Amino acid sequence: MPDVQSMVVEFVNKLRKRKIEGSQATAKYTVELLRSVISQHRVPHANQAAALIDAVKAVGEQLVAANPVELAVGNVVRRVLHIIREEDLSLTTAAMAGLDLLDASDDDDEDNCKGIGYPAMSAAVVAAARSTLRPPSLQTLLEGTPESATVPYTSSSGADSESKTADKSSITRKLKHDVIEGVNQLIHEIAGCHEQIAEQAIEHIHQNEVILTLGSSRTVLEFLCAAKEKKRSFRVFVAEGAPRYQGHLLAKELVARGLQTTVITDSAVFAMISRVNMVIIGAHAVMANGGVIGPVGVNMAALAAQKHAVPFVVLAGSHKLCPLYPHNPEVLLNELRSPSELLDFGEFSDCLDFGAGSGSPLLQVVNPTFDYVPPNLVSLFITDTGGHNPSYMYRLIADYYSADDLVM
Amino acid sequence: MDTRRGALAVPKVRRVGFFTSIEPPPDSQRPNRSQSGPVEATTSSSPLSNSPSGNLISPVLIPPSRHRSDNLTSRAAAPVPVPGPSAFRRHLAHDRSLHVGSYNPADSLLGTSPPSSIGEFSEDSVSLFGFQRSDSAKLSSSFPNGGFDLTLAVRAPQESESRIANSSASQGIKKNVEVSGKSETVTTQSKKEKESKSLKEKTSKAERRAIQEAQRAAKAAAKGEGSRRAEDSGRANPGKAAKQPQLKKEKLPVTSSVSEKKAAVEKERKMDVPQTQMQYDDKNRVEKAKKRAVVEQTESKNKVELFLHLPQYERGNQLLNLSSNIFTLDTIHHAVYKVGLLHLAGDISGDNARCIAMLQAFQEAIQDYTTPPKKDLTMDLTAKINGYVSFLIECRPLSMSMGNAIRFLKNQIRKLPGNLSESEAKASLCSEIGRFIGEKIVLADKVIVQHAVTKIRDGEVLLTYGYSCVVEMILLYAHEIGKKFRVVIVDSRPNLEGQKLLRRLVTRGLDCTYTHINGISYIMREATRVFLGASSIFSNGTLYSRVGTACVAMVANAFSVPVIVCCEAYKFHERVLLDSICSNELGDPDAIANIPSFRTNAKHSKTMENKKNLQYLNLMYDSTPSEYISMIVTDYGMIPPTSIPVIVREYRREHLLL
Repeated sequence: MPDVQSMVVEFVNKLRKRKIEGSQATAKYTVELLRSVISQHRVPHANQAAALIDAVKAVGEQLVAANPVELAVGNVVRRVLHIIREEDLSLTTAAMAGLDLLDASDDDDEDNCKGIGYPAMSAAVVAAARSTLRPPSLQTLLEGTPESATVPYTSSSGADSESKTADKSSITRKLKHDVIEGVNQLIHEIAGCHEQIAEQAIEHIHQNEVILTLGSSRTVLEFLCAAKEKKRSFRVFVAEGAPRYQGHLLAKELVARGLQTTVITDSAVFAMISRVNMVIIGAHAVMANGGVIGPVGVNMAALAAQKHAVPFVVLAGSHKLCPLYPHNPEVLLNELRSPSELLDFGEFSDCLDFGAGSGSPLLQVVNPTFDYVPPNLVSLFITDTGGHNPSYMYRLIADYYSADDLVM
Repeated sequence: MDTRRGALAVPKVRRVGFFTSIEPPPDSQRPNRSQSGPVEATTSSSPLSNSPSGNLISPVLIPPSRHRSDNLTSRAAAPVPVPGPSAFRRHLAHDRSLHVGSYNPADSLLGTSPPSSIGEFSEDSVSLFGFQRSDSAKLSSSFPNGGFDLTLAVRAPQESESRIANSSASQGIKKNVEVSGKSETVTTQSKKEKESKSLKEKTSKAERRAIQEAQRAAKAAAKGEGSRRAEDSGRANPGKAAKQPQLKKEKLPVTSSVSEKKAAVEKERKMDVPQTQMQYDDKNRVEKAKKRAVVEQTESKNKVELFLHLPQYERGNQLLNLSSNIFTLDTIHHAVYKVGLLHLAGDISGDNARCIAMLQAFQEAIQDYTTPPKKDLTMDLTAKINGYVSFLIECRPLSMSMGNAIRFLKNQIRKLPGNLSESEAKASLCSEIGRFIGEKIVLADKVIVQHAVTKIRDGEVLLTYGYSCVVEMILLYAHEIGKKFRVVIVDSRPNLEGQKLLRRLVTRGLDCTYTHINGISYIMREATRVFLGASSIFSNGTLYSRVGTACVAMVANAFSVPVIVCCEAYKFHERVLLDSICSNELGDPDAIANIPSFRTNAKHSKTMENKKNLQYLNLMYDSTPSEYISMIVTDYGMIPPTSIPVIVREYRREHLLL
């Protein structure tokens, strides 16, 4: 499968060079790449779920390493891993149900059937199935991972009886098929997250509202336009988001859709916030603690909003939900871009040279890309599954990822 | 001790009773009066106004809390305390020593006031305890009186710093200074006890009382004299006194001559109340203004609804027209004209620079001025200046500090003695303007630098926003005297003033970090102090400065970094402001529309024309709530933002501020 390998390399290069911008685009590329990885992966007869997981993980690690700040990559890889595990598990339970594995001792819902055959391995399978289907808890983490539990099943069943092997081959084909189905669903979900979020706009925006946003986000654009289409008339202030000035792009899009738009400088955010009813921001990533990583300047807007008790709403598709807890995110999950966006090197060349002579840099230019907003400044998250509190994010995230994949 | 406690415990209740019911005979005019307590106290001794110490009309400084027992003992011990030669000398020496002392001694000295008034006094002063304490604490820096040297040492650090400013003015007789300083500090019980203990070593109680009373009497005398003088000058220029309505109210009942002046004062006050700014959504006024206008400004059409009350003009062609008829226009002096054009073109920026340029232009205009026949210099020159000012406003809305400077100039014109010849008057005006520039701006900056440098320690990271000349001076001076620190310069579009500062600092060898305002949350973690410049500070403590200052102060506050604002006292303004919408200035919207980057320029200019929905808002200022400001460094010392009204009120009354 050289073509997959080359695709991975190409994508990694793009990530490294920051050619792909925006978490949605990145997520889409990633999941499509992973789909082709899965479909081209030659699965062994035995233990195929583990093999798939390994393959995806290997690619995922490369991708994450290529741009560790783009959390969407990691998120999508974990999502795919989660899909593989779930499909594997559901197949397992289905197989178990078909084989009437279990003895009567257990009265769990999945163990309703009476066991005839293989009592030796049934206990392990049940434990594995149970632990995977259960919501993650400290106990699940401590009991042992579902992956390790599934291994004895597949290995033992491979070595077992003939009727079993016949079953196995059908399972093999089915697993890959199901996983690809699942990944396709994920692709669909990522592509459609804007619409899902925008549908809720009408519940949050009323007539004559004044909304402030910062930088450019397609989710925000769709959100505002959805409200506009429902005949709500409101006005939007767009902070331009220096030094990338994406706010200007957003403003133009909004104007093209007929919204009353005012572009302000970033420094005027505090001055204007007292007349704003709601701040709506598109996130770059949402951390498990409910903190938000957004375009630079967002923290300032959030603080100003808090000062004036203006609701601070964050829109985030589910691919932006990151299962990690941030540690020092202002630095570790940030990225410093080229100083040339802030200072004209030509103008300051003399000063820069002067610094180089003395050994220590006399002039530093800091141009961070992202800002971290702590959860206490966020009023509401709107995801494709609805609105949520910052404190609830960890639970929402637990639905999408399995606990083993948190550390890749 | 018990009586003292009692007095402290129920101040409010007593105060109410005191104000409404129990009144000694001389207070027939009482119903007229305002609520302010100390005034009542002073006016109750008004019948004594013929004595030097009796004319206690100055409202502000309530004596440090005295209690009944104290007063009684002092009365017993020193029925006729020595107003003596020393006190008199003092009064002469410090003409401005002012309302410092207590009013009690006046009573005890003259022995004419009804006995009940003593109780009143003590209650009164106690009831206003909090007010007095905070007030006097902040005021102490204002007194050129040497007597405060000691008190300063006792008081809060902020004054001990402000002492630097005053120490030059400090003089006086050593002993007096010592004792009076002590007596004035008695603001809290504990302090009082402490001091009395320390005093006990030297003198007996009775002696001490006597000395204190003498001091107070002397001060009261000096103050009485001073306020009478103020009254006299108020006749020539009552406007200043009228700036404080309470003050006027207090004055009224005191003597009959004052009440006669009431109408005049009222009129003057109306004149002197800061005019409300022109509201540009008021069609009638705008039309009227347009008829008079020299500069033909075209209102830009696509304005932001929230800011219809502010003028926003199309930029471009006026400048050419104006500069061509600079010599043909005779209503506006050419120097003023030049300054106006510089403002219009945006070639002068920075409040101090604009203010100095304007004042110098006025200086020149005054020198070239001749009074037309049959006209009064005062009236005519004021009208002329008004014309110049409205021309300048057409060019660019005035900053608050320029408004203050203009008010100063008008006051000077109004105050001109009638007997001066024209050339003398002109010379005096010019020298006054020169003094204003030198004292209130240039010298003030130097004092601020001296103060602020004490707040810079080695290894600090100082964050500043935009370009403020005072902050630049501070940083350069601190670097000069060998402090090791790093500077973070935060900048914002569209002016990018920070680059100017960056260039100046880097060429002088300072270590600099540069970022845009969006990165403020990132860079604030490194900063240990924030230095900000100001355009104006309002009397509710709101800082009015270039847009973005509020963001910086807010983030600094969120990161617990102290925010130090450097502002000359002439920029203080008695207006109040809550938000950045009501009072602001709109800059050129195109400055925002034009992005320096390569990405969108071509596309952009196309959309600009045909899209009515797209507006660009270029705010020039914003207002920072006072809770984000840790300290304000002014030429009077370092003060908290809550002290701004005190400075504005007291100093303006003393004619010190303007």
